[in-house]
Amino acid sequence: MCGIVGLYLKNPALGPKLGALFEPMLIAMTERGPDSAGFAIYGDEVPEHWIKLTLRHPDPYFDWETLAERAKTELSAQLSWFQNANVAVFKLEADEVSARGWFAEHAKDVLILSVGRSIEILKEVGLPIEISERFSLSGMQGTHIIGHTRMATESAVTMAGSHPFSTGMDLCLVHNGSLSNHNRLRENLKREGISFETENDSEVAAGYLTWRLREGDTLKQALEGALTDLDGFFTFTIGTRDGFAVIRDPIACKPAVLAETDDYVAMASEYQALTSLPGIENAKVWEPEPATVYAWERASV
Amino acid sequence: MRTIDITHQSVRDLNQALHDQAPECTEREWKVLNPAGKHNIACGLDQNLSVDIMGHTGYFCGGMNKKAHLVIHGNAGQGVGENMMSGSIRVKGDASQAAGATAHGGLLVIEGNAGARCGISMKGVDIVVKGNVGHMSCFMGQAGHLVVCGDAGDALGDSLYEVQIFVKGNVKSLGADCVQKEMRAEHLQTLKDLFNRSGIDEEPEAFKRYGSARNLYNFKVDNASAY
Repeated sequence: MCGIVGLYLKNPALGPKLGALFEPMLIAMTERGPDSAGFAIYGDEVPEHWIKLTLRHPDPYFDWETLAERAKTELSAQLSWFQNANVAVFKLEADEVSARGWFAEHAKDVLILSVGRSIEILKEVGLPIEISERFSLSGMQGTHIIGHTRMATESAVTMAGSHPFSTGMDLCLVHNGSLSNHNRLRENLKREGISFETENDSEVAAGYLTWRLREGDTLKQALEGALTDLDGFFTFTIGTRDGFAVIRDPIACKPAVLAETDDYVAMASEYQALTSLPGIENAKVWEPEPATVYAWERASV
Repeated sequence: MRTIDITHQSVRDLNQALHDQAPECTEREWKVLNPAGKHNIACGLDQNLSVDIMGHTGYFCGGMNKKAHLVIHGNAGQGVGENMMSGSIRVKGDASQAAGATAHGGLLVIEGNAGARCGISMKGVDIVVKGNVGHMSCFMGQAGHLVVCGDAGDALGDSLYEVQIFVKGNVKSLGADCVQKEMRAEHLQTLKDLFNRSGIDEEPEAFKRYGSARNLYNFKVDNASAY
């Protein structure tokens, strides 16, 4: 089943409240997805030539400080970091390839949840309320955020099946539905140099978009390509460094509601996840059309 | 008039209070505050009640309705009026997919647009949509009327039985076995009656009629050799 939610701020003055506005949206989708939950928040951007990694270690007492010191020395990079529960966010002056390579070699138990200049992904197995409390979601700031509550149907309740999925710089995707041609597509994408962490179908969709964007597509073009190349049921909400998009497959069995005011664009699987937003009474509320790309992007800084 | 705010009471409590009116009606008019997109609001009613729902509703609002008259002052989620038997439901905003699915009777009026599969497998209900309907509307429709004052999406009336479909705007495509049919005097009268009942101001002459070519729902003897 699964629930998906997203909130994209048009009014930067709401930035400090992003997490507080989003938390009740995520929790409202508990009935659609009580098994695991997660979110990708965009904000606190690092300067050019820097990257930000969200890292997870299964041991809550893992020694991040030592790892940070080693990374700093061995990558000879400026580095700052902070910890949030069993996740750490490392900001370093390095490129994606060398950073990924170093962690793969020297910190095999560390899972890289996201890489980018703006994105941080936090996800865990458990109820949405537990995940939002564990990571102190309500205090977070940013520009946009997308989230997922999972009801596992085809694969186990594990971290590997938890959304959001990210396969490239600042790109992430949450999915309600199931894809039927993901195995072949994964093989094709691997040949294009896209790497995958799991066997999950939704990760393939994220990988597909990463590939199309890398080949020079705009977000809108990449999503229009997805309508042709992905077979199955899907409602996707996608985040990029500057953008936010929603798309449904042509059959459109999986639900979606959009709401827009002067201050924000919000997306949810069901309207009941939007009722806590300010000014929702007077918002434009509509159901996105099948096979239609809805995208909002701010001009890159 | 009795007002129930479902911020403070559960949908179950609301529905029980409405069901309690079935044997004997002691309160004709009801108002529901803060529906907040909750599912199953005012389902299974069986009394001539008038229920105003003041906001957007979730799935299956007014499902299985008998005799009652519901007005949703907002948008309706999936399956509004599914399997309704009689009475009426009016949606002031848009309706999501499968509005009026399998409904046997009564009147469903949608003042905005309806999503995909509007009137899927309808069995006698009359549905009047002021705006557009989405793809696969009236799929396997068996009886009743579907009136669309705007446009219809892909595959309208696919595998249709005996629903009469009237569309004023464009039909993106017709489904299997659905064809345009002649608009005769009795059909203009049917439409006029539907507009009167639904309080919608339209000219019947502006509409086209669609129905079943009846090629699909009988067994084709040519296929007998397959058995």
